[in-house]
Amino acid sequence: MDRPCGVFDETYTQDVAVVRTGAHWGIVVAALILLFLLPQFFPGSLLANINAVFITIISVLGLQIIVGYTGQISLGQAAFMSVGAYTSFMLSVYWHLPFLIALPLSGVSAGLVGIVFGLPSLRIKGFYLAMATLAAQFIIPWLIVNLYPEVTGGTRTMVVPPPTIAGIKFTNQLSMFYVITPVLILSLYLVKNLIRTRVGRAFIAIRDNDLAAEVMGVGVFKYKLMAFFISSFYAGIAGSLWAHWMRCVAVDHFSLLDSIWFLGMIVVGGLGSVSGAVMGTIFIRVLDILVKEIGPWLGEIFPSIAGAATASLGPTIFGLVMMLFLVLEPRGLAHRWERVKAFYRLWPFPY
Amino acid sequence: MLFLQFLANGVLVGGVYALLALGIVFIYRATQIFNFAVGDMVLFGAFICWSFLVWLHWPIWISVIMALVISMGLGLMIERFLMRPMIGQPLLAAVMATLGLSLFLRGVMSFIWSPSTLSYPTKLFPGKPINLGGIVFSDELLWAFGMAMVVFVFLAVFFYRSKVGLGMRTTAEDHEMAQATGINVKRIFAITWLTAGLVAALGGMLLGARVGLCVGSTPLIALKAFPAVIFGGLESIAGAIIGGLIVGILENLAGGLIDPKIAEITPYIILLIMLMIRPEGLFGLKRIERI
Repeated sequence: MDRPCGVFDETYTQDVAVVRTGAHWGIVVAALILLFLLPQFFPGSLLANINAVFITIISVLGLQIIVGYTGQISLGQAAFMSVGAYTSFMLSVYWHLPFLIALPLSGVSAGLVGIVFGLPSLRIKGFYLAMATLAAQFIIPWLIVNLYPEVTGGTRTMVVPPPTIAGIKFTNQLSMFYVITPVLILSLYLVKNLIRTRVGRAFIAIRDNDLAAEVMGVGVFKYKLMAFFISSFYAGIAGSLWAHWMRCVAVDHFSLLDSIWFLGMIVVGGLGSVSGAVMGTIFIRVLDILVKEIGPWLGEIFPSIAGAATASLGPTIFGLVMMLFLVLEPRGLAHRWERVKAFYRLWPFPY
Repeated sequence: MLFLQFLANGVLVGGVYALLALGIVFIYRATQIFNFAVGDMVLFGAFICWSFLVWLHWPIWISVIMALVISMGLGLMIERFLMRPMIGQPLLAAVMATLGLSLFLRGVMSFIWSPSTLSYPTKLFPGKPINLGGIVFSDELLWAFGMAMVVFVFLAVFFYRSKVGLGMRTTAEDHEMAQATGINVKRIFAITWLTAGLVAALGGMLLGARVGLCVGSTPLIALKAFPAVIFGGLESIAGAIIGGLIVGILENLAGGLIDPKIAEITPYIILLIMLMIRPEGLFGLKRIERI
């Protein structure tokens, strides 16, 4: 159905392919090459922003699975990210494990914590579950600070060593870019395919109507826990990358506010869409960077609000964007992009 | 003795939570929407009162009334520009909208009133701490407790005895169905959010008098009303009061007798346990679902 005029599938392999036509392959390869050449076009501090955006995309992808595909609001994504970050920190500092082992392990540990907070989903759903994840957002940082402060450093900021793969130390933004980008591409590829499998279809069935899904033989509880695990796994991977990229961990990096930002990115990008998660994150982060540029400039024009302008403009504009999208375009940027693509495919016919 | 003192503190702090929980339950019962912006609406009311007191030097009672009126105005604005377009849309979207509102209000408030902590120059409500056989009852908290009771009685009567209250209960069942039976859902939404603004401002001034006004931390305290709501049951107005009191008491007892640091997460631990053993809360309705 979504192929240009005159292109037909002749085999089953063609029918299930993600990349469908020759032109499509060309675009994908060109985009990948461009992606890896990105540091050439954006040197210096812009590259740091790109790294931050890429890490955020991984976390938001996880949230997209639980919110956009399984239909359970999660307010704890930032807390699960912190689990990954601290696991990575402890594994690499105390046990001196190499980065490539610490990375998946932090994903797994975050995933297990995610399952613990997903357990109430046996009996509850919707807003009640949002409450359970809200509790996670308060309990996890508290445990990190108070349970074993001599191990996690309590409220102090702890230093994380740079990641080392095969003897090469990744110390600057440029080299970190080449660590983060492959992980991002792999995550995108996995999520894109996950939602086309039996598991992904079960998630979507639960989102659309959990009772109907149960009646049709989908083990709702099992799949909900699985969604929690995968979602938190992504958060953990993102957290681990974040810790190694920032080269430090602190509880304040992962607050309730960050969780709400992640949710907002999904709303802006479009619920239930992988490209939506990417577009929403980029949109919000670019907006955020612009606001940070405009803030001081506003402060020069109105000196009386100089101090407050920079700090408060971000949440104001972000909240406004989130509300505007919900009221005016609830299906998000991804829906707009689909319309553009449909126009291209059907051209020169209107439908 | 110490135990009794913590118990008394708990009951009184619970009064504040109960007041905020009432606002949440009220919105939920009338519109099925979970208001995550409650913490920021609370702080907004408190800041308005502060501005009239400090910037304009108006008397306390006028400032309090103005705060209530402007907060009600805020509630109406929220309804008109944010919640009305949400009628008929998925509830998930409406809940997300309150999250967006929460961020927006937070940004605007730190813009106007600066992100640092402010406190009221004078006592808002008259009175001094009462010492009853060695147990001290703080007067601010007594006020909060009293207010919560008054608001509770008012809301309960309004909800179960008035025609508008009946309309609210119908609206909560199904927005479109209510419209079909001739209920003016827009008006119901407006009244609901107006009342929510009023209750939030009341809670905000009581909370602000006790802990000060800070954009960063005060909404987080108000968020503890959510465990109270879940504990009492989302549908129950009486449950909000009892849930608020129990959460307040357990928080103070845990903080006083076990470890002061554990007090801040006690409400959330209660919340998790409650969700696992009795998700509908003490007095909530057990939903029977059909396809």
